[in-house]
Amino acid sequence: MTTNHRHATPSRFRWIFQHWNIQRNTIIGWLFALPALIIYTLFVLQPLVLTVQYSFYKWNGVGPKTWVGLNNYITIFQDPDLIGTIINAFLLVVWFSFIPVGLGLIVASVMHRVATGKFGAVARTVLFLPQVIALVAAGIIWGWLLSLPGLINQVLKAIGLGTITRAWLGDFDWALPAVGLIGIWVLLGFCIVLLSTGITKIDPALYESARIDGASWLREFVTITIPLLRYEVGVCLTVTVIAALAAFDIVYVSTAGGPGNSTAVPGIQIYILAFTQRAIGLASALAVMLMILVIIVILPIQWLNRENKV
Amino acid sequence: MRVSRTELWTGRTFLLALMVITILPFISIFITALHPSGTVPRGLEWPTNPQWGNFVEAFNVAKMPKLLMSSTFIVIAVVPISLVISTMAGFAIGLLKIPGSRVLLALFVFGLTLPFSGIIIPIYFLERAMGIYNTRLAIVLPLIALYMPFAVFWMRAHFVNMPAEISEAARVDGATTWDLFWSIHVPLARAPIASLGILMSIWTWNQFLLALVLVEDPTQRTMAGALGAYQGHYATDIPLLCAGTILILIPTLVVFILFQRQIITALLQGSVKG
Repeated sequence: MTTNHRHATPSRFRWIFQHWNIQRNTIIGWLFALPALIIYTLFVLQPLVLTVQYSFYKWNGVGPKTWVGLNNYITIFQDPDLIGTIINAFLLVVWFSFIPVGLGLIVASVMHRVATGKFGAVARTVLFLPQVIALVAAGIIWGWLLSLPGLINQVLKAIGLGTITRAWLGDFDWALPAVGLIGIWVLLGFCIVLLSTGITKIDPALYESARIDGASWLREFVTITIPLLRYEVGVCLTVTVIAALAAFDIVYVSTAGGPGNSTAVPGIQIYILAFTQRAIGLASALAVMLMILVIIVILPIQWLNRENKV
Repeated sequence: MRVSRTELWTGRTFLLALMVITILPFISIFITALHPSGTVPRGLEWPTNPQWGNFVEAFNVAKMPKLLMSSTFIVIAVVPISLVISTMAGFAIGLLKIPGSRVLLALFVFGLTLPFSGIIIPIYFLERAMGIYNTRLAIVLPLIALYMPFAVFWMRAHFVNMPAEISEAARVDGATTWDLFWSIHVPLARAPIASLGILMSIWTWNQFLLALVLVEDPTQRTMAGALGAYQGHYATDIPLLCAGTILILIPTLVVFILFQRQIITALLQGSVKG
């Protein structure tokens, strides 16, 4: 008994010591992650759960909450103004995403052929500029340019198109494309620079042999540039699609969703519903729909892009 | 280079035109800002009597020194804290690989595509309850939290690629986890930390929605938030609005021109990794 004990003691001590050591390392490791996790839980995860919770209630923000089940969601699908914001978000994708990415591909490949030196570097810096300034500033600047006495109409008059001048952001048919134009201005440079960095990673031998064969810009563009830039295109699409679906700043300062609801996007409608109309439940339901929408649209792009990554 | 002369010059003209279109909006508001206050100038017409005083007036009306202080304070509060805690978390997930790190990473990645407008409503009510509504803290705390998905993901991407030998050698020498982090891995992570710092500074300076919803007083907001309020007051006085916008843009433009290479690289890497 006694001898047994003597033999067992050191190994048991070691076992306890090692176990304790592993535990200790785990605890220390978690202490490193804890500050980030705590603030993330408090100000992102908790609000996320609360948004979902609010979306099942009718609430004006001060009085008692009334449980209404899925009614807020049903209202969104039935109210053309509310479901219209989601349609507008998709229309903005064309302007904020498809056009900058498409045009960006063309410009980046032109740059690769004719402006590899200093001129190209200057061009990239200049074109990138709108990406750095606040979106609010972009909205204000273009709000002025697109107004009745603004630069756009001056240019149109100068080239003999005086008859089509109008207050672009105040026009029911043209306000959304006008907001889209602001998005192009902001996002095009970003796409160009990202794509042209991608082109520099393509094996120059490919271009060289194409050029020795006397390939035109178009041929080079279709057979080399586009297929080999799939990954960068995916990245551009992800960034710009999120910018379109989650748009707020530009729309808020340039049109505030108007005229009527012609440029109202989910972000704007959430703000108006929650903070001016005090329809917290309805606003939250729209917020939940926006978050799901972004995930549904972005996941396939990310999933496809994982395979493109070289 | 086997590009024909014609193509060379059409291509360059095209690029030059694009650059002009990009720059023209800035030139237009600059010229507009020089017109007499209260008038409605036309397009690109140089004023007969440039009103440089508009900038002085906008400077005073917008309370520029206060705005600069407020924005700077918010950046100084948000960026270093975010950098420290996200680097620590990235280190724990990517290098220490603590038990549960996969779940933890998934939790942060889940927030990567989250639009701010999706969770702004409860943040408003939470901050009212906490009593920090309408203070700078109301912007600082949620902003740090909203940066965590990207920042942790970014730092983890760095740490996960660090060779294990570095840590093992340090462990043999008797380094504690903190030594390993602070004396060995943070100095090695200087480049990604710097890029992340640049990114978060720009994003904070330009943050609008949080400022709009959570802080009523423009002098407690970020630069972008203050600009929004300024627009609300001077929407009818175009020259003054343009002058104010330019003043508010100047700090960003100066920083961009000074650090263009770093900023562009950081923004590109940010999108590729995120």
